[in-house]
Amino acid sequence: MSKLFSNENKAAFTNPLSMDNPVTVQVLGICSALAVTSQLKPAIVMGLSVTVITAFSNVIISLLRKTIPNRIRIIVQLVVVAALVTIVSQLLKAYVYDVSVQLSVYVGLIITNCILMGRLEAFAMQNGPWPSFLDGIGNGLGYAAILVIVGFVRELLGFGTLLGYNVIPQFLYDAGYKNNGMMVMPAMSLIIVGCVIWAHRSINKEKK
Amino acid sequence: MEHMISLFVRSIFVDNMIFAFFLGMCSYLAVSKNVKTAFGLGVAVTFVLLVTVPVDYALQTYVLGPGAIVTGVDLTFLAFILFIAVIAGMVQLVEMIVERFSPSLYASLGIFLPLIAVNCAIMGASLFMQQRVTMEPTNAQFIGGFGDAIAYALGSGIGWLLAIVGLAAIREKMAYTDVPKPLQGLGITFITVGLMALAFMCFSGLNI
Repeated sequence: MSKLFSNENKAAFTNPLSMDNPVTVQVLGICSALAVTSQLKPAIVMGLSVTVITAFSNVIISLLRKTIPNRIRIIVQLVVVAALVTIVSQLLKAYVYDVSVQLSVYVGLIITNCILMGRLEAFAMQNGPWPSFLDGIGNGLGYAAILVIVGFVRELLGFGTLLGYNVIPQFLYDAGYKNNGMMVMPAMSLIIVGCVIWAHRSINKEKK
Repeated sequence: MEHMISLFVRSIFVDNMIFAFFLGMCSYLAVSKNVKTAFGLGVAVTFVLLVTVPVDYALQTYVLGPGAIVTGVDLTFLAFILFIAVIAGMVQLVEMIVERFSPSLYASLGIFLPLIAVNCAIMGASLFMQQRVTMEPTNAQFIGGFGDAIAYALGSGIGWLLAIVGLAAIREKMAYTDVPKPLQGLGITFITVGLMALAFMCFSGLNI
């Protein structure tokens, strides 16, 4: 048991959460992080889907890593990921149809999410299944964290709601508070992610 | 013909891959440090789009669509795997052509040339095409034939090219400005792209 949670394994899980965050530090998986975050709910669903897919594709590739010929590894990785994404997309359509409509093509685009390819190439090809699983979960959650932060800010300021519930009290509206329509526009997510990166870098520098 | 021109112009300005859908962000942010390399990548992306979208359109119409092979059988759930296979093959082809005819461009694009395979703009265009095929023919975004598919692919590619060359030009100038330390590099680039996206939003009312 202690071997399963050795320091190295723990690092594989916790590093991507903040110090080595896939979005703000490694600059991977930006496209979907920007596009699906106008509200909190799709952001959460997307974050979880990516976490699950990263974890399982890491495990599968890590199990196959000694049998895949080096020359065709990209194709093999793409096929494994595409198969997992197809499963997740069908599940989303079956159980949370409205969210899957909102996410539209971005579910399919998980295939081309750089986080997946990046982790498969950089981690799963060299490590055993269990560390790879932790690494996948860690990176997925690190990605999800950024999505949730951006989704939170945009939904709160853009619609005055969180997960569809009103959180801005009515008297503020009566006093002249207005929802900021700009936040709903795609352009703002870029600027918010820019600010998140700014904050993240200034904090991390202080730690060192 | 009129519809094709409208599709072409719309996909450059209104449905711009970068500013409206954030597709292809990873290579967009990484390769936009100088105008010449950015232009080379833009042309490569446009070419890959121009080949893959019509091929995927043919696959969608004659193989995957509802009742295309056997009446009553809808194979659209296989789209992810088939599309990604077409894209990976085409990128391999482009890589070979660029290496043969322009070794300097090949060297400066480096890892980002094979990474076009996982560029979300390429996969995204195919998935949007799949979505648009099922739209009403009166819709401005409808794709109803090979001509439309080619116009859409060309427009998306040129839109992407325009965006990356624009950002590269801005970043070349920005090298001489005094940006706060934690914001340097990635942070300020995000905010710049955000402002560019805001500027492109003024096209959204365009009706052709």
